[in-house]
Order: sequence, then C-alpha cells, then structure tokens
Amino acid sequence: MSTKAFAGVKVLELSQFVSGPYCAGILAHLGAEVIKIEPPERGDRLRHVGPFLKDDPDREKSGLFLFLNQNKLGVTLDIRTEKGQEVFQRLLRDADILIDDVPPSQRLELGLDYDELQNLNPRLIITSITPFGQHGPYKDYKAYDINIQAASGLAGINGDPDKEPLRIPGMQAHFQSALNGAIGTLSALFFREISGEGQYVDISEQECCASILGDVMSNASMLDRVRKRSQSLADMGSHTMIWPIGNFETRDGYVNTCLLEPHQWKGLVEVFGNPEWALDPKLADLFSSQEHENPEGVSRKIKTSIKSFDKETLFQEAQKRRVPLAAIKNTAEVFSSPQLIERDFFDEIEHPVAGKLTYPGAPFRLSETPWSLDRPAPLLGQHNKKIYSKLGYSNSDLEQMSLEKII
Amino acid sequence: MNKGPLSGIRICDFTWAWAGPQCTRLLADMGAEVIKIESGKRPDIGRRLPPFNNDKPGLNRSGRFQKRNRGKLSITLNLTKPEGIELVKKIIKKSDILTENFSRRVMKEFELEYEAVKKLNESIIYLSLSAFGNDGPYKDFVAYGPNQSGLCGLGSFFGYKDGPPINMGVALGDPTAGLYGAVALLAALYHRKKTGKGQSIDLSQTEILTCVTSQALMDYSMNKRVAVPEGNSDPFMAPHGFFPCKGDDQWVSIAIGNENEWQAFCNAVGNPEWCLQEKFSSCKGRLENEAELNQQVTSWTNKFDKLEVMEIFQQAHVAAMPIFDGREIINNEHLKERGFLAAIKHPEVGKHIMHGLSMKLSKSSGQIKRAPLLGEHNQYVFGDLLGLGNDEIAKLQEEEIIY
Repeated sequence: MSTKAFAGVKVLELSQFVSGPYCAGILAHLGAEVIKIEPPERGDRLRHVGPFLKDDPDREKSGLFLFLNQNKLGVTLDIRTEKGQEVFQRLLRDADILIDDVPPSQRLELGLDYDELQNLNPRLIITSITPFGQHGPYKDYKAYDINIQAASGLAGINGDPDKEPLRIPGMQAHFQSALNGAIGTLSALFFREISGEGQYVDISEQECCASILGDVMSNASMLDRVRKRSQSLADMGSHTMIWPIGNFETRDGYVNTCLLEPHQWKGLVEVFGNPEWALDPKLADLFSSQEHENPEGVSRKIKTSIKSFDKETLFQEAQKRRVPLAAIKNTAEVFSSPQLIERDFFDEIEHPVAGKLTYPGAPFRLSETPWSLDRPAPLLGQHNKKIYSKLGYSNSDLEQMSLEKII
Repeated sequence: MNKGPLSGIRICDFTWAWAGPQCTRLLADMGAEVIKIESGKRPDIGRRLPPFNNDKPGLNRSGRFQKRNRGKLSITLNLTKPEGIELVKKIIKKSDILTENFSRRVMKEFELEYEAVKKLNESIIYLSLSAFGNDGPYKDFVAYGPNQSGLCGLGSFFGYKDGPPINMGVALGDPTAGLYGAVALLAALYHRKKTGKGQSIDLSQTEILTCVTSQALMDYSMNKRVAVPEGNSDPFMAPHGFFPCKGDDQWVSIAIGNENEWQAFCNAVGNPEWCLQEKFSSCKGRLENEAELNQQVTSWTNKFDKLEVMEIFQQAHVAAMPIFDGREIINNEHLKERGFLAAIKHPEVGKHIMHGLSMKLSKSSGQIKRAPLLGEHNQYVFGDLLGLGNDEIAKLQEEEIIY
C-alpha cells in the first residue's frame, strides 16, 4: 500500500457546489479523511445541477458532483437545529480542518464563531471560501461563478469587443477559489507542525480571480491604461499582428498558436513549405516584423496556409519543429488523446447508482505519496451510521434524529 | 510582522515565464526563500513582457514580471559553464525544493534530473512543471498557456452561441498550473516534515486543465455529448449573463439560480408586466425564451449605472456584480478595505499597485515584497550563503560564470 501525504488528517467539509467541495476533494485524494456534511433531504446544491447521467436529474447522478466528491465520506446533518449543533460540535472537537462556505452573516448562529471554536479545539484550522471574504463592504453580497468573473475583472478581458463580454465556462472562478483554498489550508497545516496552533483562513473568490489577470492591474496602476476585451492579436500580448497568436481555422477544426521566438516562426514557415512570401527576412524576427509594409496581407496568407491543413496534421508537423501550436480538441477528442491515454490519466470507478464512469485523474504525480482514487462520491447520507456511531450515538439515537429530520 | 508559514524553506528555482514563477511566487508570499536562477544572457522571458514603467522597456521595468516574481531573490549564473553547474549544485545542497518548468531535455543537459539531484540532496523535493509531463508521445512537445486551453477541451467551447471557439483573454493554463504546483509542493513538504523523505513531482499543464474542464468532460463521459460554445447561457439559470448599463461599454452580471431569486429579481425591478408573464414563471420557460428575456432585462439595466444595479439587486439578495476594469479594480472600495491592494515601491518600476494575498491566514499570513532586480542577490547567495569571498566572487564574474 502506498503512503498518503495526509493520512490521519481529519477534514470536515461544510460546503456545497464547487469551491469548498473541490478544495476538500484535493485533500481527500491526498489521503485525508474527509467527512462531507450535507443538509438532509436536498443535499449539496450541486446534486441538482447537471450534466446528469442520461440526463436523469437524480441527486446521485450529477457528473460534476460525482467528480468533485470522490474519496469522501458523506453524512447528512441539519446544523440549524439544536441537536444538529450538538453533533456538529462533537465532530469539530475531533477535526483538524474545517472547510466551509458559510456566509459571514450566518456564522454566529451556526456555531462557527472562530474564537469559540479555538477554545473547543485550538489545533483546528478553519478555511472559509466565500464570494467576497469575511469583511469589507461586499461581504454579504451574493455571487455565482459569472458574478465573480465580473467583479474580479476577469470578464472584462474576455470576449469580442463588438459583442457582450464572455464568461469562461465550466465554473472557472470556483476552481480558482478551490485551489487557493487548498494552498491556504495546507500552508496553515504545515505551520501547525511548527507552532502547534490552528488558525483561520479567509478566502475571497473575487480576490482569487483578481490574482490571475496577467497585466490588467499593472497596466492600470503604472500607465493608467485599461485593458479591454479584444480578439486583436496586437492586444493579446503579441507585438505584431503577423506572428500568429490565437485561434486559427483549419480544414476540420481549429488550432491555437502562440509564437514567441524566431526559430518557432521559421519552423512554422517550413511546415507551410517555405513559400516565398514567408521567407521575407523582415518576418524572421518578432520585432523587425512590426515594420513590415503589408502586415494584413501577410496575416491573410498565414490564415490561408493554416486553412489548408487538417488540425491534427498541422499539430504534429508543427511540433516536429518545436513550434508551439496545438489542436483545439473537443471534449470527445480529449478522451482519445494519445498523450493522456499513454500516461493513463483517466480514472474509472464504480458508483452504486451511476455505475462505472471515466473521470479526469490525478492533476500531478507525487512519487512517494501519490494522488489516489479509492472510493466514489458518497450517496446522500451514506456514512451516517459509520460516522455517528463512532461519536457514540446508538441506533435508536440515530433513528430518532432521522425522524426529526436532523440527519 | 509575521514571517509566513513557510519561513525557513529554501527553493532553488529554475522556472521562468509564467506557470513556474506563479507557483514559486505563491510560496514566496508564504515566506519561503526563493532563489531565482537567471543569467544576463538568459534572463526570465517575463522581464521582457509589457507593461513597462513609462512604456520604456528594460529588464527591471516590467510590471508583469513583478507580480509573478515578487518576494524572490535573483542571481545571475551561467549554467552553460561547468563551474556554473558546480555552483548551482551547492545551492541545491542547501535547498529544500527544486522547481523547473523547462521542456525535458534542459535539465538532462545540465545533468540535474531528479535522480542526479537526489544524490546531492537526499531529501530534496523536485517539481517538474511541464506542458505534457515526463513521459508519453507528447513529452517533448512545446506548448504555452494559450495552447493548453485547446488541448484540454475548454478552448473548444469558449465562444458565442453557434460561433467558433474564440481567443481567451487569459492564458488560464499558466496560473492554474502554478496553483496546482503549489498544492503538490505543500503536500510533499508536509510529508517530509513527518518522515524526512523528499520526492519528485511530475505535473502536466494539459492534465491540470483537464481537471478544471471536468463539468463538460463528465457530460461526454456520461452521455457522449460534445460541448459546444453556449455564450453566457447556463442550462440551470436564467437570467444568466452580462447586461449593458448606462455609459459606454459598461456591464453588469446577473445570475438567477432559483425561483426565490427570480421573485426577488422581479420585486427589485418593480414587477413590470413582462416579469409576470407565464412563460417567464419557471427557469425552463425563461431558458426557452432567453433571447426575449435578455432583451427585457437589458431594457431595465441600461437605464442605470452599473453600481446602482449592483446595489438595487444585492439589497434584494440577487446575485449581480458589475464588470470592473483594471482601473476600477485598483480603486475598488471593497478590495481596499480588505487590504488586497498592495502598494509596492520598486527602484525601476516605481510605485505601483498589485494584487495582494488571495489567502489570508490569521496567524501567519506572509507578506508581499517587491520583485528582484536581475542579479540583485548575487552577493547574498554566493557570499553569505555559499561562503565565497569577495575576491572569488569578483573572479567568477570576470570569468563570466556569475554573469
């Protein structure tokens, strides 16, 4: 059996949807015992968001839920009741980490006052991931993924200037927040090895996304310049409209290029078959190409050349010459990527309701303490008995709590 | 001032450009001592990227370089000379972590692959953060962040409804790989703290982006449905999108996740007739009539300033936030009050504002310092850390080894 980085670390997850669950999920794949606490009956909000297996909106068949909650134990608990609070506090006494997404205004009534919890369990680390963090004028504001992309500045640089801005799909604001949450939590855990003390980690999703804006803040602050959304190559970090950067159409789909060095341009020209127009020495360097007398003409020729290839052929030919050009693969093609298959990237696991499914696998490979997939996402309340009986509740206690809809 | 949770951890950092530096920047914020290996001949390419102070290029003048390299130390060392490699080996011996994001052949040429480095420093943690990972048919392929969005599938459905995949304004693969790299290093550090053992980490940018594309990939996995561009539509929310407000190119995002929120939305806009129509009374109906719905919402939002829209809706507990541009971000009252906007003084970039810590730890939050000048810490690293005398350092400079 392989060693696990966080074997013995106990995590409570009081979170729904994407940010908190993926944050805790990362720890679960690295060996922590994660107990996911869901509200009785309805469960995690993500259980009701698709895609669903065979489009059946069953709470055990949400694809993203199944992915984000692998390796966890699942219990139901209504912490808004007195009895539920008592159970929750018992769980907290024994935990190393709590990951929550409770809005700042509800923390006190839900028994999440940090000072009190510190008395209960001084080694406890609490990581709260909320749209705008624990203090400041927006702290009680509501935001979904798209609203976070707006408030962080991310949406302002995405899209076509002639149309409305475009959010990046797939819950990207939440994924960024989950990762920041994991780093904050693990830094606190590492520090606890030195200090013996837990601490409070405050994650604002707005700030997580405002941290990946490239040159947006520095342009504003150094040059009082606002970067807008654009599809123009010059605005996208290229110094010239000639060197291809961006998406280009091929015969059967699209490729993306991002050329930065002269040898890469030469390589691409070679792929094109060294046509005469491309051998102009002025084009051979990113900077001298800016002085070309007919950049639009050259740009058009590049587009025409790329259009004459199949995307996969062009990808392979470019890569033979170390040109950073890649095929834009659709979601079906990702699953058949020779690279991902050869590296055995995808994971498969059997789930009692959803059956055997293929999932994205380990994001990184630690040689001694590998990322591992040991169990599928829990059914709603699947581990109530296992967890609560360990806390000393008898079967009749559990039946009673179940009747009262506490679990 | 607290020193940060990683105070005392030293990183020998070969990374450059974006993904790798982003990773070690996160650890530098947390207090790790990051020694950035550069050379005058081959400074980090990030130093050449705009914006520059007063638009005047210079290796120490890039704003973009600042945010990826703040808090690090920079040395200039010529690794094409054997003496340069000997010196870097001495730094490795005194380090806890080695990080690199080259294509695979580079560390091999230096004879500094994990197995070799492990002989120098048994408990080293060694992170390779590459485009495709250490093996497989693409292992020697080159791809930058923007290429990666295509390879993981995400780029194929980023676009307007029925349109082509369009260019993304951020090379998502770079900062995201930096974050995953930091997670992996923290896991390895914790393990080493417990057991004394180091390890190697193989991180592929394609694979980390495949993880964050999981929602669409699961649809294919379960239903064999291929994702296509859907604009700002969401299959479970309506309204959901960006709506124009008063002024030129001003927008507010609005998202309605359930019927309570729809009721609150209708109340906030004063229950006009269109709100009360039967076809808009369920999420399904609103999605089926989304174009008309969006037009109606626009006819309301475009009468107001985006901040007014935010206030009206947020008071009603409806998720609405303006799109802030760079200037608005660095002046944002909320971010200011949270101390997120860090004012930094730099001898060549001047005074500027960058993003602060996106994780606030109550007892050991770390701090933000400026990025290093090229070779600024040669004296500290070669003199104080490796114990070379001033004469020796001068000689190495003359021989173009510290160079």
